[in-house]
Amino acid sequence: MSDDNSELSARQRDEARAALQRDLPFALSPSGSFPSPEGGPDLLATSDIVVEAQQIAAVARYLRASLNYIYLSNITAVDLLAHGCFELVYHFYRLSGGPALTIKTRLPREKPELPSLTPFWPGAAFQEREAYDLFGIVFKGHPDLRRIYMWDEFEGFPMRKDFVRQGDKYLSE
Amino acid sequence: MPSDDAVQSDLEQQGVFFSTLNRFYNWGRRSSVWPMAFGLACCAIEMMATGLSRYDLARFGAELFRASPRQADLMIVAGTVTKKMVPQVVRLYNQMPEPRYVISMGACATSGGPFRDGYNVVRGIDLYIPVDVYVPGCPPRPEALLHALMTLQSQIDRQNLKQVRWYGKKARPQSQDFPVPSYGPHGLEIDGKLVDPVGSLPLISSYSSPMEGEQRRDQIEHPELVRVFPDMERELREETSASYAEALEGEDQHVRR
Ligand code: SF4
Repeated sequence: MSDDNSELSARQRDEARAALQRDLPFALSPSGSFPSPEGGPDLLATSDIVVEAQQIAAVARYLRASLNYIYLSNITAVDLLAHGCFELVYHFYRLSGGPALTIKTRLPREKPELPSLTPFWPGAAFQEREAYDLFGIVFKGHPDLRRIYMWDEFEGFPMRKDFVRQGDKYLSE
Repeated sequence: MPSDDAVQSDLEQQGVFFSTLNRFYNWGRRSSVWPMAFGLACCAIEMMATGLSRYDLARFGAELFRASPRQADLMIVAGTVTKKMVPQVVRLYNQMPEPRYVISMGACATSGGPFRDGYNVVRGIDLYIPVDVYVPGCPPRPEALLHALMTLQSQIDRQNLKQVRWYGKKARPQSQDFPVPSYGPHGLEIDGKLVDPVGSLPLISSYSSPMEGEQRRDQIEHPELVRVFPDMERELREETSASYAEALEGEDQHVRR
């Protein structure tokens, strides 16, 4: 069952990658745009499709219009502090069924900005606000980019890996 | 000389009831505690179970969960109190008429519980309102909540009408409104002072010892520790511009007290 599923998702991924290569070749991200730290694990290695951050809206719209991935299920962010970047992960589904198509994109930590998908998927609004609230990722074109969990007055982005460590257990350090 | 209680029960057997005003008041008070229907997280599920048929809180006269603080005299803080929720909890407490009691149910409400080291959960609701009974557990079983109610009832039995913390001629702090914290850049603030800052310990101690009716503020919980609130912005600025190696080195310096 899970084997079937992973086979299916690998096939979906390869199809989508081939289609993107044919129609949006400039959107695919070259590997190695972020350096890997010496000795550490390479967290950037992935078999998923990695696209240019600034092209994410074009890619997403292409997936919807041409490949029928009309359901944007999930947007989330990962802080890869060691690599100096944030990774954004998007999951798309086809309503006819099948596993999710995972699209990843990477942003420099100094300037985490990329186009918003909210104008095309209104349901993305809360998820983008969450990524903004907790990681400080700026979605350009989002109609209402405010904090969603923390109060508006709060400073800092608590899910970043370099957010101040807290708790009694660090007091003795 | 037989004790008052012995005389009392002797007379009661003959159908004569004597009471002091105090005893009568406490009896009435303890026999119908009306809790507020107010749940915050997983502990509330146990609170609901306690109120329903299997555990039957009604046996203790406390089954009437009210949806309005104006009609309730017991607040069961059942669950994780996030910082964003605290102003509402304090406001609800302020809206309850005296006499009013608080049971802090579960590890979260008592101390922050599993989320104590997080950035978003207060380290104990007793930083903001006085708590009468604490219930340990994650979540406490319904029996534990029943026990907490019985403990509260025995506390009510011991109340002295003249000294109770919300009546009397002297200004009693607990009949005033408790300060509602406001949201600050680094945590909740009361009168412009950080109460439960992200990244260090609470600065203002709890409103403890409600039996004595006192209200303590501005005391440091752990006076032996010097605590300085870290400048998160500066750290962010420095670290985002630093290279990876520097960031690793600086790892140890993130923690500032
Ligand atoms: S103490 Fe445990 S059960 Fe209760 S609210 Fe906290 S995490 Fe949930």
